[in-house]
Amino acid sequence: MTWQGWAEIALTLAVAIGLGWPLGVYMSRVWNGERTWLDPVLRPVERLVYAGCGVDANKGQTWFGYAAALLAFNAVGFVLVYAILRLQGGLPLNPQGFDGVSEHLAFNTAASFVTNTNWQSYGGETTMSQFSQMAALTVQNFVSAATGATIAAVLARAFIGHRGEGLGNFWSDLTRTTLYVLLPCSIVLGLVLVALGVPQTLQASAIAATVEGGEQKLSLFAVASQLAIKQLGINGGGIFNVNSAHPFENPSPLTNFLTAVSINVLGWAAFFAFGRSARAFKDIRALVAAAAVLLSLSAAGVYVAETQAPPALVAAHVDASANMEGKEVRFGPAASAAWTAQTTGASNGSVNAMHGSYMPLGGGIAMFLMMLGEILPGGIGSGIAIMVVMALLAVFVAGLMVGRTPEYLGKKVEAKEIKLAMLAVLIVPLSMLGFSAVAAVLPEALKGLLNQGPHGLSEILYAYVSTTANNGSAFAGLTANAPWWNTTLGLAMLMGRFVPIVAVLAIAGSLVAKPKLAPSAGTLPTDSSQFVGLLVGVILILGGLQFFPALALGPIVEHFQVLDVLAGR
Amino acid sequence: MLSLIRPAVVSMVFFTLILGLAYPLLITGVGQAAFSRQANGSLVVENGKVVGSELVGQNFTAPQYLHPRPSAAGADGYDASASSGSNLGPLNPDLAKRVEAGAQALRAEGITQTIPADAVTASGSGLDPDISPEYALLQADRIAKARGVEPGLVRKLLEGHIEGRTFGILGQPRVNVLMTNLALDARYPLRHPPTP
Repeated sequence: MTWQGWAEIALTLAVAIGLGWPLGVYMSRVWNGERTWLDPVLRPVERLVYAGCGVDANKGQTWFGYAAALLAFNAVGFVLVYAILRLQGGLPLNPQGFDGVSEHLAFNTAASFVTNTNWQSYGGETTMSQFSQMAALTVQNFVSAATGATIAAVLARAFIGHRGEGLGNFWSDLTRTTLYVLLPCSIVLGLVLVALGVPQTLQASAIAATVEGGEQKLSLFAVASQLAIKQLGINGGGIFNVNSAHPFENPSPLTNFLTAVSINVLGWAAFFAFGRSARAFKDIRALVAAAAVLLSLSAAGVYVAETQAPPALVAAHVDASANMEGKEVRFGPAASAAWTAQTTGASNGSVNAMHGSYMPLGGGIAMFLMMLGEILPGGIGSGIAIMVVMALLAVFVAGLMVGRTPEYLGKKVEAKEIKLAMLAVLIVPLSMLGFSAVAAVLPEALKGLLNQGPHGLSEILYAYVSTTANNGSAFAGLTANAPWWNTTLGLAMLMGRFVPIVAVLAIAGSLVAKPKLAPSAGTLPTDSSQFVGLLVGVILILGGLQFFPALALGPIVEHFQVLDVLAGR
Repeated sequence: MLSLIRPAVVSMVFFTLILGLAYPLLITGVGQAAFSRQANGSLVVENGKVVGSELVGQNFTAPQYLHPRPSAAGADGYDASASSGSNLGPLNPDLAKRVEAGAQALRAEGITQTIPADAVTASGSGLDPDISPEYALLQADRIAKARGVEPGLVRKLLEGHIEGRTFGILGQPRVNVLMTNLALDARYPLRHPPTP
């Protein structure tokens, strides 16, 4: 560990939150339909979309109508991605001549990109054509992120609306978030990344005659444009097999810093946007504080874990001050640790080092962050929405203790909201642990493992945790491109995405029908440090207790094995 | 039902055109025009021939060159069309074997100093262009002997190729293997090039 390492981690986390604030104010203006400086260019485009779609974007929807529109849009996206991937061989922009992909891989990949997960059972440079990357995957990188943002916009409106009105319109929220927020940010970041060395070409490859007389084929792509939205949209799906560890996807410490900040910046922005749109900025600051505390502690934990002595290096009597297996020299343990916490605390899933080669506790913290439900700060909108669900549960728990009907941001929280909140929260362990339990005893599934023992169990658990949480990172020792894995992981992604989304929209529908209450003497203040503590407790107990037995069998027991080996037993 | 399908299909077509085609082509057009070297992979050209990319590692085994880290990309390592890490867990016996073999090979060269971790571990990408300054300087004596020059001169050249942390805190100090080897060839060419 070095002071520079700690400084890099602190700076990356702080800059993401700091930039998230002004961007969040802007995002809230976009959600609210207020004027922005991009109006002269984008208003006409926006009107054209609504006219083509035949929708009245000013007409409010019920929560059910909103959910139906959201699901219909995502279903069309799913079918389109599936079709493009299957037919890739006959489509243009395919200089490598790749064939269409298999049914199960196309299912998995379509589910993966539509749900903002970006789990990849394939290696990008050996599977996907330029056309597939651009027309199928890049598009979903944008619209799946915008889909997540819409639910935060709806939930924010639920706290200020009344008599069941004012939830907004899905087509308007989707289009405005995409055009006003995601597209301009991506254009700026994409161009900066090209300037800093990220390739952006329609050539498939360049051939080099190496210095020692060999030949090296360098895979190229339109990398920068996809990389920008992969990070900003909190998607995480790499162009290349090794994602942001690849020198073309992350050439330098500076690109690493910029893309690491991009993982979290719009997630934080959605927190602040929620606060402004729900007129509850102070209460949302408490949620930001809770998330920031947990994320910082996790980043520190991974840094400490990755600078412990790795047993293989100790045995060979080489310098064992950092676990460099699977890490790049230009990043080192600190930049890798910060990235790991940010990518798993958000539902990003891109990696700049191989999590499967991490020390047991480093990989374990990554898993734990995903188990918490992707709220630190999570995906754009989906993170703050689930965080608000956690806050509802926290005021409910506090209400039980003092025997009062709980309220949050001026709305009474009653049995219906709590049932829906529990549904959103409980689908997560059901999918993560249920699928893992079956896979752990199924010979068909076990064929995909690279490592044995507890690390093998971690590979299984990580896969279902990552897909259910819509994260997408992996212990890449697992060979997932097989029917069992592609199918079940695809189902985990769809369940982990759409069940909580519908539950959150239903909560919004229920809250918006209630009158807004003025705070009374008996109201639990939800902008205090006391509430931050309560919320952190609820998050850790919900996350921790459910998953502790599974973690004990994977990373925790492996940690003790490492200690045993180091002690020479 | 139709009132849902029409906007879903029309908006998806619109988004595909603007986000899937116009956006990447815009970045490609501007990128190629303004930053053509970077946009095409930062290729290094020597005597009119592309010898590699400044950003992507390639393998070196001859004694007169800096050697890169072990690589898990492709069958022989440093396959820049099949990036990969080893994905071996910390207790995997294959990892221990590979690290041990790497350390022994370095000690067989006569290295007695502490071997840095990056010398015996595979990178995440399998295409790491860099090694640590410690690993680079460890190779100075071998390179000097193979080129028939003073070790101090080689060490000085290597030290000149150390890149520090960006802004003093981002990333780690490092030495780019390909660029340093090209500099070695230019500054201290082999007196007796090996006959092919």
